[in-house]
Amino acid sequence: MGYSLDFGWLEGAVGAIARGAAMTVFLIVVTTIAGTLISVLAAAGRRSGPTWLKRAITVYVEVIRNTPFLVQLFFIFFGLPAIGIRLDPIVAAILAMTLNMAAYTTEIVGAGLDAVPKGQREAALALGLRPRQVFVKIVLPQALKVIFPALTSQIVIMMLESSVVSQIAVSELTYEADMLQARTFRPFETYFVVAMIYLGLSIALRRFLVGIGRRTLSAGVS
Amino acid sequence: MIEFTFWDILRNLLFATRWTVLLSIVAFVGGGIVGVLILFLRISKARWARRFASGYIALFQGTPLLMQLFLMFFGLPMLGFRIEPWTAAVLGLTFFASAYLAEIWRSGVDALPRGQWDAGASLGLHYVQELRLVILPQAFAITRAPVVGFLVQLIKATALTSIIGFEELLRTSNAINNATFEPFTVYGLVALIFFVLCYPLTQYARSLEARAAAR
Repeated sequence: MGYSLDFGWLEGAVGAIARGAAMTVFLIVVTTIAGTLISVLAAAGRRSGPTWLKRAITVYVEVIRNTPFLVQLFFIFFGLPAIGIRLDPIVAAILAMTLNMAAYTTEIVGAGLDAVPKGQREAALALGLRPRQVFVKIVLPQALKVIFPALTSQIVIMMLESSVVSQIAVSELTYEADMLQARTFRPFETYFVVAMIYLGLSIALRRFLVGIGRRTLSAGVS
Repeated sequence: MIEFTFWDILRNLLFATRWTVLLSIVAFVGGGIVGVLILFLRISKARWARRFASGYIALFQGTPLLMQLFLMFFGLPMLGFRIEPWTAAVLGLTFFASAYLAEIWRSGVDALPRGQWDAGASLGLHYVQELRLVILPQAFAITRAPVVGFLVQLIKATALTSIIGFEELLRTSNAINNATFEPFTVYGLVALIFFVLCYPLTQYARSLEARAAAR
């Protein structure tokens, strides 16, 4: 028996797919902003904070990097209510994604901070800038420029990994695909179309980030 | 109603861990074999082969692993294979791993100086001998750290196969959680088990990296 592909359902599904894609984009935008801010603070804290803080950040980074994102998500969504912290699925998803991404980008930002020559700091201090100004205006922009390609890759990886938040019923792209295939009985075609949309999203996201990097940091990324 | 003590939970989880470990090993070995084939295409002299390999890598690195697993799970029966979570999990993770490993090894081949190829050719080696005796051993040697790093990614990725119904660690823990209503303990333990599996490998990858940098 031959199997024939059928994409006839697609016409009626455009709205649901678009809504799902919009939610995926929303999740990754929030995660990127929050994750990058946290990782800058964490990377700075790991370099100049008190010992207990340095240790706490190291433990956080290692725990997140060595456990699956799906387990982290389940722990936050199903596990935390047991100790009285009940979260909305979307909030749980954003929290899990942000904590996950920040652990990876803390290492990346840290490598960038280390790559800025010491003379830059010393020169800025000698010009009479306050330590905070030195960090925000001199060291950080140069660090971000160095790490921009790695940061871009990490954001794209996180966008792809966000597909698993469908498992706690956040209505993003994969969740919409699950709902569609249950209705159309065309799982292969549905997931194929959605996989191609993810491919398009990841290419578009990378282009967009590279564009931003060129304009604001004059970071030479290909 | 069956009563689960802490030790019952832990014992059942540890029992399920062997499937996580087995799947990781099979997918890593399978991914290595397919990855070498993709690598050959990626560094081939024929343009169509390089194009195909680039497309293959871009496809697997540009779509979510969950979608790849779903497509395996629902696509294989259309080709006449019986639907089976284990088969879909192994094939899905194998193709996923092959794309990443091929890309890592290609970076190793690219990092070798042009002179290595020239030296091989001047010794009278033909293309396959050159690859086997000169290029690949060096490319594998300098990419050991990222390969171990990827193995950690792969072990973590096996958790996704629980969604297509493969009975590994996370799926077992979902079942235990449904029986015990102790999600904090159960998922905490699952995270701990994954950490124990992955952390030594992460440290190993770091030491390989440090050694490579010192050289």
